[in-house]
Amino acid sequence: MTIASFLETLMGGLMAGMLYSLVALGFVLIYKASGVFNFAQGAMVLFAALAMARFAEWIPGLTGINSPVLANLLAFAGAGVMMFLVAWIIERLVLRHLVNQEATTLLMATLGISYFLDGIGQTIFGSDIYKIDVGMPKDPIMMFENVFEGGILINKEDLYAALIAAVLVGLLTMFFQKTSTGRALRAVADDHQAAQSIGIPLNRIWVIVWCVAGVVALVAGMIWGSKLGVQFSLTTVALRALPVVILGGLTSVPGAIIGGLIIGVGEKLSEVFLGPYVGGGIEIWFAYVLALVFLLFRPQGLFGEKIIDRV
Amino acid sequence: MATKLIGDVILDVKNISLSFGGVKALTDISFNVREHEVRAIIGPNGAGKSSMLNCINGVYTPQQGSISLRGQTFSHMDSHQVATMGIGRTFQNLALFKGMSVIDNIMTGRNLRIKSNLFLQALRIGPAEREEFRHREFVEHIIDFLEIQAYRKTPVGQLPYGLQKRVDLGRALAMEPQVLLLDEPMAGMNVEEKQDMCRFVLDVNQEFGTTVVLIEHDMGVVMDISDRVVVLDYGKKIGDGTPDEVRNNEEVISAYLGTSH
Repeated sequence: MTIASFLETLMGGLMAGMLYSLVALGFVLIYKASGVFNFAQGAMVLFAALAMARFAEWIPGLTGINSPVLANLLAFAGAGVMMFLVAWIIERLVLRHLVNQEATTLLMATLGISYFLDGIGQTIFGSDIYKIDVGMPKDPIMMFENVFEGGILINKEDLYAALIAAVLVGLLTMFFQKTSTGRALRAVADDHQAAQSIGIPLNRIWVIVWCVAGVVALVAGMIWGSKLGVQFSLTTVALRALPVVILGGLTSVPGAIIGGLIIGVGEKLSEVFLGPYVGGGIEIWFAYVLALVFLLFRPQGLFGEKIIDRV
Repeated sequence: MATKLIGDVILDVKNISLSFGGVKALTDISFNVREHEVRAIIGPNGAGKSSMLNCINGVYTPQQGSISLRGQTFSHMDSHQVATMGIGRTFQNLALFKGMSVIDNIMTGRNLRIKSNLFLQALRIGPAEREEFRHREFVEHIIDFLEIQAYRKTPVGQLPYGLQKRVDLGRALAMEPQVLLLDEPMAGMNVEEKQDMCRFVLDVNQEFGTTVVLIEHDMGVVMDISDRVVVLDYGKKIGDGTPDEVRNNEEVISAYLGTSH
């Protein structure tokens, strides 16, 4: 094992981790703003990716636009509008009627939303495997050739994806910490009743936060979709993000990012270093075992709020 | 102490009736609140005091009657709309944003007044920066007023109860409400904390001219700081007047002390 190959594995892990973080962020956003663990996050990723893929396919035919860049941009915007509609409908038909209800009730409601989105997405957009081609470069690049012999091989697609994810995360952090709407979101997360009493419009806040989560799902869906193809199994991407959320803490945006990175790196390193001894396939279960360990010893995650109950 | 000028009726409650299923919480309650006064609603446990406040605040919608603020009548309002009309409130069982710092909690009270664009805020550009600064200054003023400077960055969940009550008051004050509803501001406090809270309530009333409607259990406190008192018992109004009038009202005495038969 050389340093170069170690670094290569590390970089691969970090970049994969960034993508996990992106999906995990969707969970954290909604949890922070409404105290709901949103089971529908995976369905939202699939729905957004389907919309994006199909719009990109339809737009050149309908409008006669030939430039793939423009078509992709329009498709992205169109899918964004779809996610806004989804957020608005969810607020109208579901959340509005569940103000001040138990967390479990809301959780079950999101489970319902998840099945609904899975179904309606495939009804509208079809259920085949579709392609998203946003022109991500597929060829790998070599780095540090003069530092290590042979250099480090880096997947350019992963690198770009990680950069996009990083920018999005930066924007979201600013939104939450620096704006009055961000503050209002955090307030709503803590106490619905009190937030309303000082004039924070609960309904608008929920639409905003589901929209933001929708956009995050769209970006995640776009990136994963262009890697793996848009198909039903994209919903399981959300399952991959579950351990990330447990690790990072449900209430922490930085937690989602660092959790994602740890899991990405952990998966890759364990596969390479432990794989030969215990047999391959560690990558598949590593994250879940790590999450279990965390649940045993630090249930609030790395950065989550520790809940102290006064008795 | 400056003598304050009590103005015209600002909040008018007319014939309010509220029931939950078969339980009548309030029956035909009418009273008014004048500008700049401290108006108390008292009564034994279960008299309907909190229900009354929740009606004014828009949490409950009464089946009958109307409430008007400065002549503007509202019957179906939610809490958010009531807040935009200039009615602020505190809670009997604290409802603070526990994970957030004292400053952030109070800043949320400014939310309705922040006008600048979301993107400008995120980037801290020009007018947005100045606006944030202005609101922050106002909040610092409230923090000084409530004497909680030392805790401004502390997450509210970690503060002792008495201080949390002050933060609750601070958040409502940050709205610059015309009418401030206080739901048992002194509940669960020791004598010293009660005195502090009384002082804050009176200062708010005198310095800012805010009209205060408060619910209180502790008769002593109420009689000392209120201008006029409404007494409720089993959802009905049994007395209304100055503290002295109320104190000598037969019905009130029997409601509180019981009658000898």
